[in-house]
Amino acid sequence: MGERLLLRGNEVIAEAAIRAGCQCYFAYPITPQAELLEHMAVNMPRLGRTFIQAESEIAAVSMVYGAAGAGVRTMTSSSSPGISLKQEGISYLAGANLPCVIVNVVRGGPGLGNIAPSQCDYFQATKGGGHGDYHLIVLGPSTVPEAGELTMLAFELADKYRIPVMILADGLLGQMMEPVELPDPVDPASLQPKEWATTGAKDRAPNIILSFEMDPEGLRQINDDLQDKYRTITEHEIRYEETETGDADIVIAAYGTIGRICKSVVRMARAEGIKVGLFRPITLWPFPYEPLKTLSKRVDTILSVEMSTGQMWEDVRLAVAERAKTPFFGETGGIVPTPRSILNEVKKHVR
Amino acid sequence: MPKGTVVFDAERCKGCGLCIEACPKKVLAFSGQLNKSGYDVAHMAHPDACIGCAFCAMTCPDIVIEVYRESTS
Amino acid sequence: MSAKLENMVKVFERPQSLTNAKSTYCPGCHHGILTRIIGDVMDELDIADRVVGIAPVGCSVFAYLWYKADSQQVPHGRACAVATGIKRARPELIVFSYQGDGDFASIGTAESIHAANRGENITVIFVNNQIYGMTGGEMAPTTLVDQKTTTSPEGRDPSVAGYPIRFSEMIATLDAPVYVTRQALFDTKHIMETKKAIKKAFQNQVDGKGYSLVEVLSTCPTNWRMSPVKSNKHVAETVTKVFPLGDLVDRG
Repeated sequence: MGERLLLRGNEVIAEAAIRAGCQCYFAYPITPQAELLEHMAVNMPRLGRTFIQAESEIAAVSMVYGAAGAGVRTMTSSSSPGISLKQEGISYLAGANLPCVIVNVVRGGPGLGNIAPSQCDYFQATKGGGHGDYHLIVLGPSTVPEAGELTMLAFELADKYRIPVMILADGLLGQMMEPVELPDPVDPASLQPKEWATTGAKDRAPNIILSFEMDPEGLRQINDDLQDKYRTITEHEIRYEETETGDADIVIAAYGTIGRICKSVVRMARAEGIKVGLFRPITLWPFPYEPLKTLSKRVDTILSVEMSTGQMWEDVRLAVAERAKTPFFGETGGIVPTPRSILNEVKKHVR
Repeated sequence: MPKGTVVFDAERCKGCGLCIEACPKKVLAFSGQLNKSGYDVAHMAHPDACIGCAFCAMTCPDIVIEVYRESTS
Repeated sequence: MSAKLENMVKVFERPQSLTNAKSTYCPGCHHGILTRIIGDVMDELDIADRVVGIAPVGCSVFAYLWYKADSQQVPHGRACAVATGIKRARPELIVFSYQGDGDFASIGTAESIHAANRGENITVIFVNNQIYGMTGGEMAPTTLVDQKTTTSPEGRDPSVAGYPIRFSEMIATLDAPVYVTRQALFDTKHIMETKKAIKKAFQNQVDGKGYSLVEVLSTCPTNWRMSPVKSNKHVAETVTKVFPLGDLVDRG
């Protein structure tokens, strides 16, 4: 294991990417993830790797496309409005089966919104955002150390399945500092070469990176293949965490920063004799429908809590159906609900 | 004995006429023969005048024409 | 054909670096000439096995079919940014982008300028035929004043749509580019000069010299509603007055 460092969320994502062997990083500045760029600007050149501050978020995701197509580990990061700009590029990356990592440090929206934390990009991340029938693997870290772990995992999953992977963080996670122990770095040169990449057609047939097929039967096959891939990922890569759900009457469903805050809520509630548990999805896509469905058979209420008007709430309702009550508590505007305010909400649903 | 000659891959020709215009010796013309795509294919109307300069081939957007020239040895 | 082939040597044939794929371009379209030239240059510099070509969105979206080299088909306008990503990832590759008016000079304006400004060691080929071909003949930023297109049916009106943009001149004002030139393909002489320019633009990259841009005035007989021969004449007599030919930058 590596050394123990005190790092900001944004910095740990950057450092984890470096240790995962990220060869090229391209991004445009936007609050609240400036520290991610800054860490990359200092450290990537020191390692002989590529850092470019691109002319826009669109240019940055296009650079990622090029580098990913050329077979190297590559990443971009931004925040909500910038991620909106990247959507066409993301659709192309997904359609062309290109591995890469995209970090969204979510801020208040819609529009320019503000620079405070939010979870209002869940739909954008998990239901599309870009055009076409595609998915990204979406990972929702809840602590600074977890942000580091999931960033390293993101590069592994991206390469394993040839798929873009999104880290869905938020402004609070990006800014807060926690002690972190990061694993030893991966040497990019030690990574398995990608046979499909555009590395120069020496002694082989040309490789073509493409998401285009004029023949409808051909494009249908491409879509079928993508769906097969998504089924495989759904079978093998779902991740979630249950806290004290064993005897719970009411379970909170929350992810990211709110997932972490709700661990305090569970502790506080239990101290008052209320049997509360927490169901925390870690993969937001593929969403843990089955485990949540199973849980909903034996609890009364599953309360969704998000910094949004209710986006993951829809997936919770899809999983739970009529098996339990599915109320919602949310905050928008960049307001981060306190454990006390969430607990008060919990109490409203306890008989 | 002409100094050069050209060979047309008729099925690639689109009857655009650029080769006919480019030829300095007025060797080429439309043949009146349509290929499978329905284009009037260019051909050598005056083969004896060909000097193998390859101007026709250089301007052909479809690389229809191969050019041969007398070897000078 | 009456000549005796036995006494003759072949002096012109399909470049080795091109596939045998049948062209999808319209009759008389200059894309075909330019593609052949690029294939020729790849042969002469012997680089096909380390080339990565970038196919844009436009009539040349199928560019990945023409070359015996790796290719990436990329989002509209983003070729210069994608080229940047490829070249920074693997500097040993020879990366070229090939773009039309919309891709390079409209939606791709920012990417086109900034790759040049960073001095990316790439080769950029800009096909300027003053119209949008693939989508059916709309006005381009390069469309001439009074030129009729489907989105300027009465002719381009500067009070509404501005003037044709001279992009190479804009790129030439930047400090980084090492070669910026405007060429044409309307007769044999200019075809030969374009080939010299394209070869220089690739050689510059091979030598690690920096960013090269070759703008090539081309025709669109279909959407100009002219025969291929008349289209060539239009470039020679009219278009070159708005877009002057020649080298704007040559620091090689």
